[in-house]
Amino acid sequence: MNRPRLKKYIKPEHIKDYPVGPSFEAGFLTSENSGWRTEKPVVNNSRCTACRQCYLCCPEGVIFKKDEVIDIDYSFCKGCGICARVCPKKAIIMRQEKENE
Amino acid sequence: MSKKLFISGNDAVAEGVRLAKPHVIAAYPITPQTVVVERLAEMVEDKSLASEFLHVESEHSALSACMGSGALGARTFTATSSQGLLYLSECLHYASGGRFPIVMMNANRSLALPWSIYGDHRDSLSQLDCGWIQIYVEDAQESLDMAIQSFAIAEHLSVLTPVMLNLDGFALTHTYELVEIPEQKEVDAWLPPFRTPYAMDFDKPKNMGFSSQPSDNTEFKYQQHRAISDAKEIIKEIDSSFGNTFGRTYGGLVDAYLCGDAEFIIIALGSVAGTCRTVIDELRKEGRKAGLLKIRFMRPFPDEEIITITRNAKAIAVIDKDISFGYEGTVFTNVNSALSRYPNHILKLNFIAGLGGRDIPKESIREIFDKLNDGINNNSVKTVEFLNLNVETDD
Amino acid sequence: MINKNGINARTITDKEFFYGHKACAGCGGSLVVRLALKVLGERTFTVVPAGCMSAVGFIYPQLCFTGNAIISTFAGTASMLSGIAAAAKALGLKDYHVLGIAGDGGTADIGLQALSGAIDRRDKIIYICYDNEAYMNTGIQKSGLTPFGAKTTTTPAGGNIRGTITQKKNLFEIVAAHGIDYAATASIGYTQDFLNKVQKASKVEGTSFIHVFAPCPTGWGTPSDSAIDIAREVVDTGLWYLAEYENDEFILNKNPKEFASVEKYLKQQGRFRHLQEEDIENIIASRDRKWKRMREKWSTNNK
Repeated sequence: MNRPRLKKYIKPEHIKDYPVGPSFEAGFLTSENSGWRTEKPVVNNSRCTACRQCYLCCPEGVIFKKDEVIDIDYSFCKGCGICARVCPKKAIIMRQEKENE
Repeated sequence: MSKKLFISGNDAVAEGVRLAKPHVIAAYPITPQTVVVERLAEMVEDKSLASEFLHVESEHSALSACMGSGALGARTFTATSSQGLLYLSECLHYASGGRFPIVMMNANRSLALPWSIYGDHRDSLSQLDCGWIQIYVEDAQESLDMAIQSFAIAEHLSVLTPVMLNLDGFALTHTYELVEIPEQKEVDAWLPPFRTPYAMDFDKPKNMGFSSQPSDNTEFKYQQHRAISDAKEIIKEIDSSFGNTFGRTYGGLVDAYLCGDAEFIIIALGSVAGTCRTVIDELRKEGRKAGLLKIRFMRPFPDEEIITITRNAKAIAVIDKDISFGYEGTVFTNVNSALSRYPNHILKLNFIAGLGGRDIPKESIREIFDKLNDGINNNSVKTVEFLNLNVETDD
Repeated sequence: MINKNGINARTITDKEFFYGHKACAGCGGSLVVRLALKVLGERTFTVVPAGCMSAVGFIYPQLCFTGNAIISTFAGTASMLSGIAAAAKALGLKDYHVLGIAGDGGTADIGLQALSGAIDRRDKIIYICYDNEAYMNTGIQKSGLTPFGAKTTTTPAGGNIRGTITQKKNLFEIVAAHGIDYAATASIGYTQDFLNKVQKASKVEGTSFIHVFAPCPTGWGTPSDSAIDIAREVVDTGLWYLAEYENDEFILNKNPKEFASVEKYLKQQGRFRHLQEEDIENIIASRDRKWKRMREKWSTNNK
């Protein structure tokens, strides 16, 4: 797996269920970031040349290659818009979240 | 065969550390700790010790580097004193909260201002709440033995708490005594390599030193408190196991001398205990029932032991090489708090002594016992008194 | 600047090592962490001090580094790295990197002593300073790397004083003056150059240091999609520069014939919007002095 997935966190009921000191499984994700977005990036696959500039510049790492074009893990995309701004082919547009809902 | 060497307290710690074979040593020089790190550097140079020796740029960096080393599960040692201890004090809390089993020797020394390189306990006692186990030793042999025991205590998986091994500056660090050096193979067998599941690992990677929300912080702190409290039994077991292998035990958390029938007991830490024993021997010859209760561990605090040992006494005196300005000595506060839970109403006096390296002579110890006697005979005594003030104070 | 044998957008691993963090949208610093780890890979021990990257990535039970990582004290990034490097060596580990990523304040102010010591010892560590030009996690206070004129919460722009009155510390040359094995400046606006430098740092036998310009939209008063463009523009204006130091030599990686507009660069950012003409002239004059010196004394491998 290239990106960690959400894991189920069970809140300890006994003191022995806590980790010994602040040391725990690396990359343990319990919540998503999608609720942060006001706009979402939408990819126009016909324009995308898979140059991966958007992928390289994404602070979240949510853009990934899929079948020679790119896709986005919307669970963790915060909608910053960097991908749309750096795309040399204008293949990504930012759309208001509510338009899609 | 073990051998005997005529060495100082600092040398003894270095010999103990060599026998414990730490992976990493990071230290910054400060008087009167310097001899320890000089010896260890020589041992690394002559290859009698295979440690990575980091010449760090401050005490803060020394302990910070030790925490990095501890995060990988490596055995780790550092040493400091006084101003250095305070300079790294952020890392004291960090290391104990991170559960890094670092062993640190502290050469007890006064704190500026005024500047003083000489001994008292104001440095370590001011850091009593930082979550470290605190040991106070009396002589060079105990220094060596406790350097080895400190690793066993700190690295015990139920403890995982850093240990501060305190030696009185100059009085112990620079005093030469005959010390028995255990054999390496015996130490290797008694103190196996440190193995912990709570370290960074490429198979099971960890995120360490994280933040916790109010919903979890108290639990982490409770867990830490429990680990140090539960260490009391482990400390006793380790002392007894050490005795079985090396023939020397120290009584665990406390060392009581002639306290069984004692009417008057002095409670003290560190090297002043030696003077107290000498005076007590003299008083016993005079028919006076005097005893000494040496506190070896200030954390975890031996409250039960203190209560039990002083139960039949008429009066106790706590010698503090420390003062919490505006109140009383910190050892006294701790002892008093323990005894207050069993209100047997014995007289409890506090003597502030030995600040900034002032000698505590036999006469002063005798004077303390006299004052205890005065106190129970309803003569007026002060609860907190600075011993041997050289001037009038209008008090 | 594409390194044909190196790591680029096509060859870089698809694995993500810093994921699900709570940094502000469009954060330059988090891109630095993400890209550095993608170059170095999973056998990396990462240290981040108390600051934004630890605050956004390390709140139990949400832990965002997929590899071994730890928060250090604010002053102790480099010293904790040294301890990790020493322990890894003593334990006989093979094939790993020891990476520290700290901000401008954590590096150029409170962490400078520890960094200096690590470089002095030539500890085998990679230290990356992501520079967003102020203490952002605590709420945008001035650091030693805040540039002249910038408004922060401790250098307000008013009628008497117009923001920061000091110049940005010359951190790169302070580090280089130690005779460090490898040091570089970079910018997330020149992403490929940054990747190349991290890769180069990973092969250095002693200490390596990269000072990378990483905009903070929240603290700078800029849109959330602007970090890459601003980080590119700052290099094009000459207010930041791409350079390396190795083998006792400084090399300018980019020596533009003409600079882009300083005024345009400044005025798009809330933190500089109050600047008056004379302030901007000051900034340009100080830039020109620096470039005169760099061009005279440093070699170039111009792009």
